[in-house]
Amino acid sequence: MLANYEVSQAEKKFIGWHLLFAVIAVAIGSLFGPLQALEHAGLDLYPYLQPLFASYYQGLTLHGVLNALVFTTFFITGFLTLTTIYGLKRPLRYPKLNAVGFWMMVVGLVVTAIPTLLDQASVLYTFYPPMKAHWSFYLGLTLVVVGSWIEGWGFYFTYYAWRKENPGVRTPLTTFGGLITMVMWQFATLGVATEILTMLLPWSLGLIEGTDPQLARTYFWFTGHPLVYFWLLPAYVSWYGMLPKQAGGKLFSDSLARFAFWLFLLLSVPLGFHHQYVDPGVPAGWKFLHAVLTYSVFLPSMLTAFTVIASLEYAGRKRGGKGLLGWIRALPWADPVVSAQLLAGILFFFGGIGGITNASYNVNLVVHNTAWVPGHFHLTVASAVTLSFMGISYWLVPYLTGKKLGVSNKVANIQVWTWFVGMVIFSNAMHVVGLLGAPRRTPLGLAPYIPEEWSGHLLRVGIGGTIMFVGMYMYVYIVAKTAWAKNYEPVEIEVPLADSIHDPQETPDWLDKWVPWLIGTVALLLIAYGPQLFDQISNIALNAPGGKVW
Amino acid sequence: MTDKQSMHIDPYEKNWIRLSIGLLVVFATAVTVAGFAFGFQVPTPEDRVDPRTVATEGPWADPGLRELVPGKKYEAYILAQTWAFLPNEITVPVGAEVTFYVTSKDVQHGFKLQDTNINMQIVPGQVSKLTVTFDEPGVHNFICTEYCGAAHAIMFGTLTVE
Ligand code: HEM
Ligand SMILES: [Cu+2]
Repeated sequence: MLANYEVSQAEKKFIGWHLLFAVIAVAIGSLFGPLQALEHAGLDLYPYLQPLFASYYQGLTLHGVLNALVFTTFFITGFLTLTTIYGLKRPLRYPKLNAVGFWMMVVGLVVTAIPTLLDQASVLYTFYPPMKAHWSFYLGLTLVVVGSWIEGWGFYFTYYAWRKENPGVRTPLTTFGGLITMVMWQFATLGVATEILTMLLPWSLGLIEGTDPQLARTYFWFTGHPLVYFWLLPAYVSWYGMLPKQAGGKLFSDSLARFAFWLFLLLSVPLGFHHQYVDPGVPAGWKFLHAVLTYSVFLPSMLTAFTVIASLEYAGRKRGGKGLLGWIRALPWADPVVSAQLLAGILFFFGGIGGITNASYNVNLVVHNTAWVPGHFHLTVASAVTLSFMGISYWLVPYLTGKKLGVSNKVANIQVWTWFVGMVIFSNAMHVVGLLGAPRRTPLGLAPYIPEEWSGHLLRVGIGGTIMFVGMYMYVYIVAKTAWAKNYEPVEIEVPLADSIHDPQETPDWLDKWVPWLIGTVALLLIAYGPQLFDQISNIALNAPGGKVW
Repeated sequence: MTDKQSMHIDPYEKNWIRLSIGLLVVFATAVTVAGFAFGFQVPTPEDRVDPRTVATEGPWADPGLRELVPGKKYEAYILAQTWAFLPNEITVPVGAEVTFYVTSKDVQHGFKLQDTNINMQIVPGQVSKLTVTFDEPGVHNFICTEYCGAAHAIMFGTLTVE
């Protein structure tokens, strides 16, 4: 720990760049949300977008890529840069390395954006072959992923340097959670990296004739499921490591928080087949094994629920909350940073229940590829994660810029509640219409098989989606107004690191040791994926040439 | 490790962990029982085909319904392609047990037979197979549930039970 280390202006700027790209991405990506939702409700606005945007699917590709891949990755790498240096109280070990990673992500973003905007890559954010995008689409995504790896390596070097300076000291919790997020991400992205480098790039460049679409799906979901934990863990870093303080209390259990993070590292990756329950090329036994492993992630999720809620109760009681539930009212709801995260948690509760449904080996048959699924993940990535990131922005942007939030807490709170209300309407309707059988990824207004009884729900999709859109643009406005304010009130914000009720130094040693956990992670991966990967790769048949079908 | 270090686990939290593990066991058991005792099925590797020739050689060159035991047992060979199922109309008698064999000759598709447990990803090169028995008369749409290109939204067929 360097004496009196302060995050420098240059470092703040560097993190700010991440946020800038993140917010621009989600602003553009979200333009298509209400268009999709209104299309479902019977109001087709796509003809008016010609010739700027060609189709529903070009829009949906932008929506998925910009929101789920770009917004998240930029926000996360930026936020975790701060938790690394602020937590360790030392600058990045190799700032240039992190700068290289960041600008590689930016280049990747541009390289992906060009074919997508030219309608040469309307393959959605899952880009299942043999639907064939322009090669630059795959190349750009690869650069984004590799750039995020490099930023992660920069964190490891920084951590390693700190560790040598501070033997025996517990890694600060927020730093620790951030490092686990990045390590997990590097295991996870091996799947999609292999898919792109060994199959999609050579194929889109014309070097090989075809693809093996089943193997590609297996590679993709090797990454695709842990991707959701890559989004979620940084929100958990805030829920565990910051929210208790923001709510006026302390973290209930430092050791269980760390234990949960380790379990997430161990269990996030080896369960991708639960996205492939209805795939023809994966044996039922392996699907079943991944179903059981999926349920085991239920455990760290329940630990998180307990610790976060207990910390909040501690805060609420300290603030004078009485009775069984009185502490909830006593929490500082007027602070948008807090209310955003509380509402994110509430929506995530329902997202979690839906997740258990999706994960059920057989119940999945009812909901797979229906509107239920986007209904579900707008509660997770677009609520638990996005709404938390909105709340984080409300202290982080003032912290980075030194400018007071550009609107009153009341207005920011209205933003938060608008998103919440829109989401409740939207996601409920999507779940219901999905259960009735409506497919996802479909402009339902054009579908000839829509029964009358769906229309009321589809209308609610449109209404909820429009309200969400208002909430999103209020957020973009608040961030922009703060960041670019000419006349502003200068503020000095403290990074809200929560204390733990127990001294972290009392947390057992084995919860701060990497090697055993890493070995365990690799071993579990080999067991859960090794045999199937070996089997599918040794039987590879690159015989699906596919093409451009949009 | 010093004596001071230990996992501080609150008694409430201990109970919570027990409850979580209990719930986990209940879920896993429910899924296991449903999967193995009640015979719910998910697709499992059936056969590999060459998507480049599947429309001209083999059973999908002549897609349609095959009667194995009249009134009782049927096989439906269905070829998915942009943007239609071949065939897109099927009629079976009440009480028929139908096994679907679906594959694609171009990109990925989906095959969801409404109001049944038939829901499959259709992957070029693979054969998706599931079986269902129709005990009641009625009309079921089978719709494409995976994005398969510009006109994905119109891709569906109907199965009539009479
Ligand atoms: C601004 C408000 C938003 C609205 C109204 C909205 C609406 C929708 C709708 C209706 C769909 C389904 C389209 C279909 O299946 O045909 C969809 C898909 C999706 N949304 Fe959103 N959304 C919004 C914001 C977000 C945010 C903030 C995220 C993530 C951070 C997100 C991530 C996604 C993803 C990943 C998909 C799936 C795309 C695909 O199937 O390829 N959305 N959205
Ligand atoms: Cu289709």
